[in-house]
Amino acid sequence: MSLAFDEYGRPFIIIREQQAKERVKGIEALKSHILAAKTIANIMKSSLGPKGMDKMIVSQDGDVTVTNDGATILDNMQVDNQIGKLLVQLSKSQDDEVGDGTTGVVVLAGSLLEQAESLIEKGIHPCRISEGYEVACKIATEHLKSISDRIEFSKENCEPLIKTAMTCLGSKIVNRYHRQMAEISVRAVLSVADLDRKDVNLENIKMEGKEGGKLEDTQLIKGVIIDKGISHPQMPKTIKDAKICLLTCPFEPPKPKTKNSIEITNAEDFKRLGEIEQQYFIDMVEKVKATGANLILCQWGFDDEANHLLLQNGLPAVRWVGGLDLEKIAMATGGRIVARFEDVSADKLGHAGLVREIGFGTTQDRYLSIEECPNTSAVTIFVRGGNKMIVEEAKRSIHDALCVTRNLIRDNRIIYGGGSAEISAGIKISSKADEIATVEQYAVRAFADALDAIPLALAENSGLAPIETLAAIKAQQLKDNNPRLGVDCNARNTNDMKEQHVFDTLPGKTQQLLLANQVVKMVLKIDDVIKQGAESDE
Amino acid sequence: MTSQLQPIQILHHNASEERGEIARLSSFVGAIAITDLVKTTLGPKGMDKILISASNPNDIIITNDGATILTKIYIDNPAAKILVDISRTQDDEVGDGTTSVCVLAGELLREGEKLIAQKVHPQTIISGWRLAVETARNALTKSAVDHSSDKDKFRQDLLNIAKTTLSSKILHTEKEHFANIVVDAVLRLRGGSNLDNIHIIKKSGGSLRESYLDEGFILEKKIGVGCPKRLENPKILIANTAMDTDKIKIFGGKVVVDSMTELSKLEDAEKEKMLSKCKKIVDHGINCFINRQLIYNLPEQYFADHGVMSIEHADFDGIERLALVTNAEIVSTFDHPELVKIGTCKLIEEVMIGEDKVIKFSGVPEAAACTIVLRGATSHILEEAERSIHDALCVLSVTVNETRTVLGAGCSEMLMAKAVDELAAQTPGKKAMAIEAFARALRQIPTIIANNAGYDSSELVSQLKAAHNQGNTKAGLNMRDGCIGNIDEIGVIESFKVKQQVLVSAHEAAEMIMRVDDLLRAAPRPRQQMRH
Repeated sequence: MSLAFDEYGRPFIIIREQQAKERVKGIEALKSHILAAKTIANIMKSSLGPKGMDKMIVSQDGDVTVTNDGATILDNMQVDNQIGKLLVQLSKSQDDEVGDGTTGVVVLAGSLLEQAESLIEKGIHPCRISEGYEVACKIATEHLKSISDRIEFSKENCEPLIKTAMTCLGSKIVNRYHRQMAEISVRAVLSVADLDRKDVNLENIKMEGKEGGKLEDTQLIKGVIIDKGISHPQMPKTIKDAKICLLTCPFEPPKPKTKNSIEITNAEDFKRLGEIEQQYFIDMVEKVKATGANLILCQWGFDDEANHLLLQNGLPAVRWVGGLDLEKIAMATGGRIVARFEDVSADKLGHAGLVREIGFGTTQDRYLSIEECPNTSAVTIFVRGGNKMIVEEAKRSIHDALCVTRNLIRDNRIIYGGGSAEISAGIKISSKADEIATVEQYAVRAFADALDAIPLALAENSGLAPIETLAAIKAQQLKDNNPRLGVDCNARNTNDMKEQHVFDTLPGKTQQLLLANQVVKMVLKIDDVIKQGAESDE
Repeated sequence: MTSQLQPIQILHHNASEERGEIARLSSFVGAIAITDLVKTTLGPKGMDKILISASNPNDIIITNDGATILTKIYIDNPAAKILVDISRTQDDEVGDGTTSVCVLAGELLREGEKLIAQKVHPQTIISGWRLAVETARNALTKSAVDHSSDKDKFRQDLLNIAKTTLSSKILHTEKEHFANIVVDAVLRLRGGSNLDNIHIIKKSGGSLRESYLDEGFILEKKIGVGCPKRLENPKILIANTAMDTDKIKIFGGKVVVDSMTELSKLEDAEKEKMLSKCKKIVDHGINCFINRQLIYNLPEQYFADHGVMSIEHADFDGIERLALVTNAEIVSTFDHPELVKIGTCKLIEEVMIGEDKVIKFSGVPEAAACTIVLRGATSHILEEAERSIHDALCVLSVTVNETRTVLGAGCSEMLMAKAVDELAAQTPGKKAMAIEAFARALRQIPTIIANNAGYDSSELVSQLKAAHNQGNTKAGLNMRDGCIGNIDEIGVIESFKVKQQVLVSAHEAAEMIMRVDDLLRAAPRPRQQMRH
């Protein structure tokens, strides 16, 4: 029995009750998984494309987020279902890898599973379906490569990059100013990009947001902005030709790390210690002053006395600068971060043409802007907007645009958007399907059908008749042998995506297919779920 | 076999999802409810609200200020939270128009709801609104006038703006008086926008009319015991230093003594250290010493003996302002008297405001800072007066930097509505409906102002519309006589920047709410259960 009694007659449990455990098996498990995935995909579907809608998410603590970004929605949605969690992961890995297409990947996975469901009903084994999907996915990625285009750009001619960034921003709330936002993102990426190595370190782009003003006031600053003010109210607020000393040691009396105690046994000692302390501050300031620095950024705090000594010596200072900010400033100004006062020297100073404190609005929130730095490869995008949610959403959108631009610099192959690539790949796969002699033929064909989900959702969100539109485009693609035809979401009276300048990056799209396919294969493989019962409070 | 019927739980237990129409409906209901709540406070005849705090029922606020009302109420609806947020941002950014921005966003959504009921797609509405807001902004920019080159006229503008802002508040009766106070205060900043330099002191007693602007600086502190109470041409040292016991800050310092005599010696040494610090301070050749921190009796006595007036516990803001007005620097070390900038003024004296003693610094060299002394019957009135003065100061400091002004009293709204209507007439397609809706939402502002004043709003607004269409672009509501009139003559002027911010933020928020088609609500954070 699961209950026993000890020598005092108190009962204790040997095996926990089994009722709380849940178990689903076989086809049932598969079907419930597919249903869960479909539900999530359906939530995301309406966010796809330039006319997609937003989701409003209320967090545990009642904070409101309004967003169009697939990864953010899924992340904040508190999904409890295990398959749902896989999809959340899927969207996240697309976000980490590519940065864009986070909605599309989930919609695609949902659609693939939906198609698999009908195949399972026909009695095809899930393993055969995954094999078929694998074949189809390979055909699709190869086909995408063959229809891809290269775009040429350089630092001077960044127009194609801006066009791509605009596609990415088209579905977000910032699309009112998406030309401007796209320009900002592209210029930001180009200024930190290493075009020879074809790499971009996005960490060099800092994003600061401040509510107030309008979206149009968003700007790109060639330098660093930090959310701090000068430490003493009477220090100068504008410093030209700044020589910046970056410190990670506090302007405070020393705190040895080993435990110690100084015993004061008589009045003499007391006086001496007082003098040593005074001298300590003076030495610290002297050392910094001797290097010729005229601005100090410190990661730690200052003592009141040190603060005043700095003022007296004409050294403006900023305290409590975050570690990451300090690193960025070091990079931008060419300075070295100094951890001990003994190591301070003139060659470790950073330089900046202009450092100034700026205040906003009526509350006088102060920001320190460090501009005209020698190394332009650190920039800040300063986002403004009518309210907190808009600023946050604008930041997320710009992040997506930055990622897309980076991907283009890494690999300049593009394919056309608006669902054209999916339609074209679908046509290719279904023609190939007939050549397969085995059961996989059905799965391959199902893959082709699943690809239709993207153009269908795009058309539906844009207020077009989805099936009619899709059929027309498919016929047109076959007739003209033109893989660039897609859904005309913005009502521009042309289906040619090259004319509409709607691009996606090839790696982004390929990644979408691969990731979605992988997750689907994983879900199809599961045939048994054992769920541990929740711990009861008793 | 039963799994077909078993519901699959996707979201977290207790989390909820609302989709499509229902999600939209719940945001509209929330946003409109908030709008209806604050809209009665709009305009010169708007009413006030009483806010009672949940934690302390005795804590009562009576206010007319949109941002104060909205930030103080508990809201659960996410769309309503967005409106509260724009109102707060408006307050931080320009200081006024906090009610208007919320009302305009709410009215836009009310119009949007009607369009959705007619099966217009939200994206169509949004693209229509975008065109409309652009046109409205152009119309507003065109109507703005700039008088910054003409000093007298600009001052008149500022006075009118202050009067407009104050007229909807409790200070309405004394608006002439207060408008002069705030304009003088802001002009003293000479283009700076740091409102910290304007100190507002509230003293209950007397009437609102007895409030005044003090050119000097008033510190709500007491002069140390035994010090002179009046000083002419003082030399002031402003410090931020410990004057209780001068601790040794080196880590790990610890006193170990083995006899009573050592202890008393140490005590003497401590005393001596403090006195030598005092001596250093007195050696600066000063006769007034103001410290941010506490001053103990011993140093206070030393200062009194040497004829130095000492003032302790001046708070941080006080110190900063004092340093600014007396042209001194805030000192923490005293080894280099020759480097320290000593502050001065004409006269320091202890004066009485109402029944409290304060220290007044008059004849200060840097007149950038000043003090507004508010008097009023109760603390509620004083607090509301302070909020109103703050609003007015914010608007004026914004106007000093962005000198363009526009006409108030519903005139600008009608002007924009007319431009938007013209756009609607030229736009083909369903977008035109959204553009018309935008114009209607703009016209709601004068309608509400008239309603709040108890006039026949439909009559007045249609008269106003006719006047604007006949080319009378300066027509607006005359809320004194309940008719329409030339607003330029009546002098109801508002800051261009405030008006523009209202328009842009309201539109951004409305668009944001409009774009939502799905509302996901997380399960509330579970309370920590008490284990027993």
